[in-house]
Order: sequence, then structure tokens, then C-alpha cells
Amino acid sequence: MTLKIWVFIEQFQGNVQAASLEALGAAKSLGGAVTALAFGPGANALAQTAIQHGADEALAAEDATLNDFRVEAYAALVGKLAQEKGPDVILAAATTAGRDLLGALAVDLNTGCIADVIALKAAENSLQAVKPVYAGKLLAEVSFRAGKPQLISLRPRAFPKPEPDSTRTGTITTVAPALAEEAIGVKVQNYEVAAGQVSLSDAKIIVSGGRGVGGPEGFAPVRELAQTLGGAMGASRAAVDAGWIPYAHQVGQTGKTVAPDLYIACGISGSIQHQAGMRSSKVIVAINKDADAPIFKLARYGIVGDLFKYVPALTAEFAKRLGK
Amino acid sequence: MNVVVCVKQTPDSAAKISVEGGAVTWDTGLVLNPWDEYAVEEAIRLKEKHGGKATALCLGAEGAKEALKTCIAMGCDEAVLIADAALNGSDALATARVLAAALKKLGEVDIVVFGKQAIDGDTGLVPMAVARRLGWAPLTYTMHIEADPAAKTIQATRLLEQGKQVVTAKLPAVVGTVKEINEPRYPSFMGIRKAGKANIPVWSLADVGVDAASVGAAGSAVQWPNVYPPPAREGAVEIIDGSPEEAAAKLAEKLLADKVI
Repeated sequence: MTLKIWVFIEQFQGNVQAASLEALGAAKSLGGAVTALAFGPGANALAQTAIQHGADEALAAEDATLNDFRVEAYAALVGKLAQEKGPDVILAAATTAGRDLLGALAVDLNTGCIADVIALKAAENSLQAVKPVYAGKLLAEVSFRAGKPQLISLRPRAFPKPEPDSTRTGTITTVAPALAEEAIGVKVQNYEVAAGQVSLSDAKIIVSGGRGVGGPEGFAPVRELAQTLGGAMGASRAAVDAGWIPYAHQVGQTGKTVAPDLYIACGISGSIQHQAGMRSSKVIVAINKDADAPIFKLARYGIVGDLFKYVPALTAEFAKRLGK
Repeated sequence: MNVVVCVKQTPDSAAKISVEGGAVTWDTGLVLNPWDEYAVEEAIRLKEKHGGKATALCLGAEGAKEALKTCIAMGCDEAVLIADAALNGSDALATARVLAAALKKLGEVDIVVFGKQAIDGDTGLVPMAVARRLGWAPLTYTMHIEADPAAKTIQATRLLEQGKQVVTAKLPAVVGTVKEINEPRYPSFMGIRKAGKANIPVWSLADVGVDAASVGAAGSAVQWPNVYPPPAREGAVEIIDGSPEEAAAKLAEKLLADKVI
């Protein structure tokens, strides 16, 4: 039996979020009949994008009450549609919005929710998931005992992003919002968007600095390598606690969990907590003066040496090769 | 202002976690969930600023009283433990059901504060689920609060992927916090003494009015019978030597061949 899978397509200021497209890919790979949920400004264009990336059809809603993601408005709408149309599964990316939406729906629809999943498979009429627990030190196979629809949020970058096919078409059905503004308690006052930085969770390449950089100025070579590679800059907790770099850059158990294709750790010893945040990286490079640093057990490539000599050399080499 | 902070007792973040005979084990003691320290600090600051009371609430085993004592030592006025054998195997939604019932029983609550997630289950679902069950304003990922108890309103700055969002809502509210919100204080000596002498009541499921059938393994929609260590990363590290220029050239070659750049 084909699963009816709904996928929440997140947008910010009209731009589709990559993690939602990854969720579409996951839905398609389960062999489901996929419906995209496209709400907010430019909902129709969003729906089109979703169909090009694999959705078979879309439900679109555009309204002032849906301009910003507010869980009360979005959960009311998805919940109402779910009760009318009875999907088997609802997927979302495990972003702040996706997690909030599914958490609220789980209560409204009295069903189960599995958050932050890295693998999914269909077994009979149900889904089985694998998710990290204990900050990724262990993995858990999670399944549903009961409850329909099954709600699952997917960890960004854990599933491949599908290639768009501009020839794909599908029905886009316009739906009306379920809640009037007066009934929505949370009001958005303003939004201060962080300018132009590569977000750590979306980054394909991350260059991080740790205690070995020695001070705020020590991050200059780390930043330059990150910029040359078009990546994001990260940091260990030691560097953040020392006040050398803001917490927003912290990778690790009490910072961000990342899964880039390439993670270059400069002057980072590699504590258990730091590893918890970056161990899913595809390729790890460690540059550290201390040959015994635990990070070398995790890395694919290692350089035992002074990061202030080797990192600039890497930057120069890549600038040459990438024509920068 | 009546503030309640919901906390969990978990293994220490430095713990080596392993699986033995199907059960998860760790090599350190249990502590107050690290993310919850920020929530406890915020609850105490709200009480210090507006007057009133900060209560710590925990769903756990009898030993979780230690985590609650940490909350009192930091400055919470009271603590309550909900413990009941029927709770074993509860998923995040069942946990939220019980916490919501307990919050109703505590009565007249203005703000409930949560840490971002518990470092064992890592679901991060409970704050939103509690807010939804109670019908209170859900303010997740909050890095700054301004509350007005007289007007019964609250303004929260939320840290989202794209930047900072400022929202307002009416009280009562459920606030999920992130690390940027504050710097947790160390318990004072007097606080530790007070915590040592504190009487922490224990509520059962019957006390909070929740049916055993709606919690525990049988009452949970989600189950995780199989937990295992992640596959080890393959291969030993390849050390690249040579001068900075030589090593850079070798490494660049390999990374381009690996197609990660």
C-alpha cells in the first residue's frame, strides 16, 4: 500500500529551505504519494518548487496570518487538513519551525512524533527511524506503536537533496487558513536577520578553531581559510568560553551539531563533547601540535604541526586551485 | 510572579555512554541536564526581578531529587518531584502530558521555563507539547525575556536559524530557552546548605490526576527498543607530513579527490 506522505515545505522571506527539499527526497525514496504543504508568502511558487523536487501535488495557502511561521497558525491549518484528508505520515525538517510544528501537531492529533531522524525506512504500513541519542554517542531505532499520522522531523543534511526536474507538474490546491489573527496569541514584532553568514547547520564546509588559536586574533587564519573555501567558521567550547569568539559559532554537545562534507579542526583537541557535535562530518581534517590529541582518532587526515604555519599554507594552496 | 522551571536529571555530558545487555550505561553520575541550568537561572532571575516564587519541577526517579537540590541551591524556592513506576518507558508526549497536569495542579503559574532539550533523549519536543496541552503561549528558542506581570504580557527574543525574532504574547507562557539567554550562577554555600535541608515532596500519577494507561510504554506512541553504538568511523588517520607548503599541496589533492571541495 502506498503511504500518503505530507512534507512541510519551509520558506523564509520567499526562499525555500534546503532541508525541506531533503525531506521531499526522503518521502519520495519511501515510495510514497507525496503532498507538499506550502504556506506563506509566494505559496504558489513554493508549491511549484516542491513539485519540481518530487512532490506529486501541493496544498498552498497564502494569507497575512501565515506571513511569518507561527506555530499556532500553521499547526491549526495542518491539523485541520490532516483531519480532513488523513495522511499516513507528515515529514518536516528538524529546524526550529519544523520541530515546533510537529510537536504541536502531536498533541492536537493525539499521535506520535519522532524528532531529528537520520535514517528512515518503510516497514508494512509504518515507518522506522534511526535517530541519535545521548548527543550522538548512541543511535536508537525508533518506531511507532500507535498513532496516525506518524510525525517525523529529519535532521538537516542527513538526507540527500533531490535534483529538480522542471518538467514535473502536479495539482496545486489552494486552501484557506484555519485561524483568524485575533485567535493567534503570539504576535511578531520584528525580525533581525543575520547578514550574509553561512549557517553552520547548512554548511558543506566548516573550518573550526579551538584552544590552540590562543586568542581572538588567532581566529584570523581560521576565518580566511573558511572564506576561501566558501565555508562557515566554527569553534570549540574552550575558545567560546575564553571569549575569543561568539557562542553562535560553537560546535559540540552544548553548541551546534553539524554534518558538513568537510570539517577542518584547527588547534582543537577533540573532547567527547566536541566530537558529539561534528562526528557525522564526511571527511575530518585535524591540525594540532599535539600528536596525542583525541581528534586524531576521529580524523581522516591529520597534520601534526603549528596551525599558524599550516592553515595559511592551506589557504594559499586552495586560493590557487580554486582561482580565488 | 509564579515561575516554574521544568528540569530533568541526565548523565553528565562528559560521560562515556555504552550499551550493555540492551541497556544504556554510563561511567559518571547523574546531573541536572546541562541545558536546564540556563532555564533554572532564568527562572530565578524572573523571581528576583518581579518578586514571587520559583519552583523546580522534575519527572524522574527518586534519585532525581539531587537535580532538584541543585535547583534549590542555585536559588529556587521550592521543588517537586513526580515519580511513579508507571512512568517508565514514557515518550516525550507522555512526559508532556504529566508535566502539564502537574503545572495545572501547581496553580496560578505565570511562566514555565524549559531548557532546550535533554541530553539523553535529545527530542526537544516537551516544551512545545506542554504549551500546546495547556493552551499557553509557546515561546521556544528564547534568548531574552521581558515580562510585565501587571499587564500579564511577555516579550521574547527568539533565536531562529535566520536571525533574531521578537514576539509578544499574553501570560501564561511556556518559554523554551537557549544557551545565549544567560550565564548560570554557581550555587552559593548558603544555597547548598538550604538544599540539603529542603523537603521535596514526591507526587505520584494519581496525585497529578493522570491515568497510568496514558503514560509509560503502553501509553506512548513512540518506542525505541533498540539502542546501539554508532558504527565506528573507518580507518586510521592518515598523517600528512612535510613543510607547510608540501603538506598543503598533498592535502588539497586528497580533499579534491574526495570531492568534499
